[in-house]
Amino acid sequence: MSHGLVVVGGSYAAAQIAASAREQGYAEPIRIVSEEPRGPYQRPPLSKGYLAGKVLPAALPLRSEAFYRDSKVELILGARAESIDLSGRSVVLSDGRRLAFDRLALATGARPRPLPVPGGGLEGVLFLRSLADADALRTRLAEATDVVIVGAGFIGLEFASVAVAAGKKVTVVEMQDRVLARAVAPGLAAFIADVHRAKGLDIRLGATVKELRGNRRVESVICGDGTSIRADLVLLAIGVIPNVELAQAAGLACQDGIIVDRFATTSDPRIVSAGDCTRHPSAYADQPLRLESVQNALDQAKTAAATISGVAKPYDTVPWFWSDQYDLKLQMVGLAAGHDSAVTRGTPSDGRFSVFYYRRGSLIAIDSVNKPGEHMLGRKLLTARLSPTPEQAADSGFDLQGLMAKA
Amino acid sequence: MPAVVYILKDGSERRVEVPEGTSVMLGAIQNNVPGIEAECGGCCSCATCHVYVEPAYADKVPPPDLTENDLLSGVAAERKPSSRLSCQINMTAALDGLTVRIPEKQSL
Repeated sequence: MSHGLVVVGGSYAAAQIAASAREQGYAEPIRIVSEEPRGPYQRPPLSKGYLAGKVLPAALPLRSEAFYRDSKVELILGARAESIDLSGRSVVLSDGRRLAFDRLALATGARPRPLPVPGGGLEGVLFLRSLADADALRTRLAEATDVVIVGAGFIGLEFASVAVAAGKKVTVVEMQDRVLARAVAPGLAAFIADVHRAKGLDIRLGATVKELRGNRRVESVICGDGTSIRADLVLLAIGVIPNVELAQAAGLACQDGIIVDRFATTSDPRIVSAGDCTRHPSAYADQPLRLESVQNALDQAKTAAATISGVAKPYDTVPWFWSDQYDLKLQMVGLAAGHDSAVTRGTPSDGRFSVFYYRRGSLIAIDSVNKPGEHMLGRKLLTARLSPTPEQAADSGFDLQGLMAKA
Repeated sequence: MPAVVYILKDGSERRVEVPEGTSVMLGAIQNNVPGIEAECGGCCSCATCHVYVEPAYADKVPPPDLTENDLLSGVAAERKPSSRLSCQINMTAALDGLTVRIPEKQSL
């Protein structure tokens, strides 16, 4: 008898692998093993609308119960995959169960990076990754007065937006010399930082944290230069570590991520992997890369499911991301790292513009602020490898859509 | 509870009850109606919950705002005057019976 597919992980990639495998006609059993107590759910609202009470819990599940039932996808929840027995073709769970498989999909995701300083374990020092994390953060935020966020990445700034809007005194401590250093170019970073400052956020750039102090509960954050910042809530948002341990222990090739090829196959041909946990080749980068995004999880999962179903569907989607901070709708497409020039389309002072990034004369990325149409067009242009000249991109009167029509 | 009728890609119809205040997108996700992807979860960032509102309901649905209108320019299927992002249509009693057609594709 067929043991079918076992998917380890409980988020976007896990649910999408199961759904896409069924769409591709995969008819063997599918089981998803997740250590979370609930099935796959949306994570982006956890740092935005959910925290602010605008997105309700009922809106979070990625798939309905009807989906799992009708698609014959079994959810095994609250169970941790402890090890992979490659020769025995099975996954061993924390409760001792063994799940035999013909094909295995690893969608183990990533976990928040801890801050290796004294005081990290004090009460009131939190991370944000899961729904349980968000619930704890929301409860704590309601009674907090002084909030300190370590890390000015997306999670840090999105939470800052919510905390400032809730009337808290909020400080962000960032090691780099700008916000969103990994995600956007310096000019846009400065624009975003100004929006936050105008709302009342205290942003400390080029600042490190050497200690979190308090008596059981956190009371202050001590910076590298000795400055002390009052805090009754600290969010550590300094990036993530890919969950590779399960793969590594099984002998799969890993390097800050589970290494996969364009077909989402790991170094073992029976095992695929998708999402935040993978390091994969990309047509949009010189080096294999690891992406932490919904787009990457969903599109790579579709490729992984195709591979399992015997269909060759290389993963070559142009990377895209979004973030909502106050009334800024930020959308990024392509990878701007390595650009040698940039032009702005639209007027930043209006709060609606896009930045087009070029490398050796070719368009490689577009960051949009409140310009969703230009973002969507950018996805089409980059996918089609079409490049308006920098002069055309900078000219708001030039019809970029026309480039697509001519192609 | 008001109902939404989804016309699927194969032409068949699915009628589901969607509570007032819940979006037409979420109604589809919660009832396993295929063809609406909603990659961004309803925050108006992805244009993968595109639907065509049937003519009989065109005047009953409030018009799209600036963001939705701009994002609609990037839908994967053909954009028509009846195109909407279903995450931006919240159900009301007055919309009972709202009929939307699911497009050929949601992703580029």
